[in-house]
Amino acid sequence: MNYLWAFVIGGAICVVGQLLIDYTSLTPARILTGYVVSGVILSAVGLYKPLVDLAGAGASVPLLGFGHLLAQGVKQAVDQCGLPGIFTGGLTAAAGGIAASILFGLLAALIGKSRDQN
Amino acid sequence: MKLNPKDYAHMVSRASPPSPVAKDCLWAFFVGGGICLLGEILRQFFLIWYDTSLAGTLTSIALIFMSAVCTVAGWYQKLAAKAGAGTLVPITGFANSVVSPAIEFKAEGWVSGVGARIFGIAGPVIAYGTAASAVWGLLYWLLGKVG
Repeated sequence: MNYLWAFVIGGAICVVGQLLIDYTSLTPARILTGYVVSGVILSAVGLYKPLVDLAGAGASVPLLGFGHLLAQGVKQAVDQCGLPGIFTGGLTAAAGGIAASILFGLLAALIGKSRDQN
Repeated sequence: MKLNPKDYAHMVSRASPPSPVAKDCLWAFFVGGGICLLGEILRQFFLIWYDTSLAGTLTSIALIFMSAVCTVAGWYQKLAAKAGAGTLVPITGFANSVVSPAIEFKAEGWVSGVGARIFGIAGPVIAYGTAASAVWGLLYWLLGKVG
């Protein structure tokens, strides 16, 4: 069941993004930024945690989950060390994904050849 | 053969290809869902050894690695042309938005080319995500003081 929910919820979140692409003139950068900020808001009001519990990677892999990660990290850090947690919590929680993207990006630049992106 | 408008509309809808939006959404659903399914398989695998939080991080890193490999090989862009948001919205799309310009702008140098351009999309995502989380952190801290 875990796997089915991951597929269905993950797919549905992507369909919302596709509708935004087809019906609005939002650029990919705006859509991804919107997803992350929405993820923070949904997590803050307590709506995203149940979805992650249900769908696992189906909710954590889309960028909404990245926002959820930031929001959860900040909450935990504020619980632990108070006000400074506002600055340290979010990026600490998201560090793995951000660092992996940068490192693999640099490695790719080292070995990849510039090519027509289409 | 006489046709009333209703019959004609029915014939047109049967003869015309499915609307691009419906087709786009099907692609986005199956490819995006598939990437999340792969993520869940990886997550269950990591959960054998690690706690929920670390398993989630490792899942992201594994997907980002796969996305980087597919981007270097040129496959991710080909899939993205069909799958649209199905390849954009998952963390693999975020990784692609870093890796793709890293390769493309190598010709402009390692600092102002690669180093600067990899944040074309990741920059705003990280900036506004961090800002939103800080606002939430402040609210949460204030709620704790009041309540």
